[in-house]
Amino acid sequence: MTTILNAIEIKAENYIASYDPETSKVSLSGALRLAGMEEYAPISQLMIDVLNSGAVQLTIDLQRLDFLNSSGINMLSKFVITARQRPDTKVLVLGSVSIPWQGKSLKNLQRLMPTLQLQLA
Amino acid sequence: VNTALLDSPNLTIDAPVRIFGDFWELKPTSQEYLILGFSPSSIPIQKRWRNNGLSADFLADYVTTFLPCNPEDEALSTEKVIDLKGTLSYIANELLENAIKYHSPTSPLPIDVKLQLTADAVIFQVTNSVDVDRVVPFQALIQTLLTCDPGEFYIQQLERTSTDVNDLGSGLGLVTMIHDYNAKLSWCFQQAFPLLEMTMPITPTVPTTMVTTMVQLSLI
Repeated sequence: MTTILNAIEIKAENYIASYDPETSKVSLSGALRLAGMEEYAPISQLMIDVLNSGAVQLTIDLQRLDFLNSSGINMLSKFVITARQRPDTKVLVLGSVSIPWQGKSLKNLQRLMPTLQLQLA
Repeated sequence: VNTALLDSPNLTIDAPVRIFGDFWELKPTSQEYLILGFSPSSIPIQKRWRNNGLSADFLADYVTTFLPCNPEDEALSTEKVIDLKGTLSYIANELLENAIKYHSPTSPLPIDVKLQLTADAVIFQVTNSVDVDRVVPFQALIQTLLTCDPGEFYIQQLERTSTDVNDLGSGLGLVTMIHDYNAKLSWCFQQAFPLLEMTMPITPTVPTTMVTTMVQLSLI
């Protein structure tokens, strides 16, 4: 079942997390260094809500996410593990080659979910 | 043995010392090093956490200024500098986060961060106190980190933490340093007996276990 989810934006001093329903795209930008999974819960919930809305294709845009700590990597991994249980939803992750952590760590998401598409531009 | 702490006037250090991995004492023989010290209890942890990012970026910027170490070597490309800054910033941030997260809240000792540049490596040593009941589980995690296949362990921890309610002690930050950043990790545990200056006569308090996490990042 597909439900309509409105645009969402979570804005803080160092980062923005947003969802655009027209493109089914979740964007994270800035620097995410939150303290543990509890602090990541609102962003994690945003991504799960989008997944639960029944989108066929879901894009996670990280092209302007300059920094992500290991708790953030844990959050992304948890999301991917949840997403792989929904074979009807395709997940595309957009990253940037000019942000070093992305080239080093994002490929691990594909090991968790082999159908995940990763584009580093 | 951690020399900076040994030199501290209000502290005595006693055996036993336990070493895991390729750990050695940093000597201030290199031209370039930085030492930071702070007490987590002096300000609220949220404010302290905010400083992690600033400190990590500062440490990364500071080191890259001195590269290449040998002035006759070719200057680093812009891409290499960006890559190295990213690596140093990630590692410094994870080390600071861990030190604050696991520092024993009752410890009167500060957290101590050392960064040293050698001819072919950048070395971090971060020392914090650990609660006595965390020592054994932490040493077990370290044993696993030093003997496992990092790629397998990484995926295993991600799968595991996906079902755990809290992510304390997964070692994910440490395994990303090894697996994604090719860093070499080692540890030193030692007992300290902080002397409280406020008490007269000066009496030793209960022993505190301190752990120093060493990260070596090759520049070659």
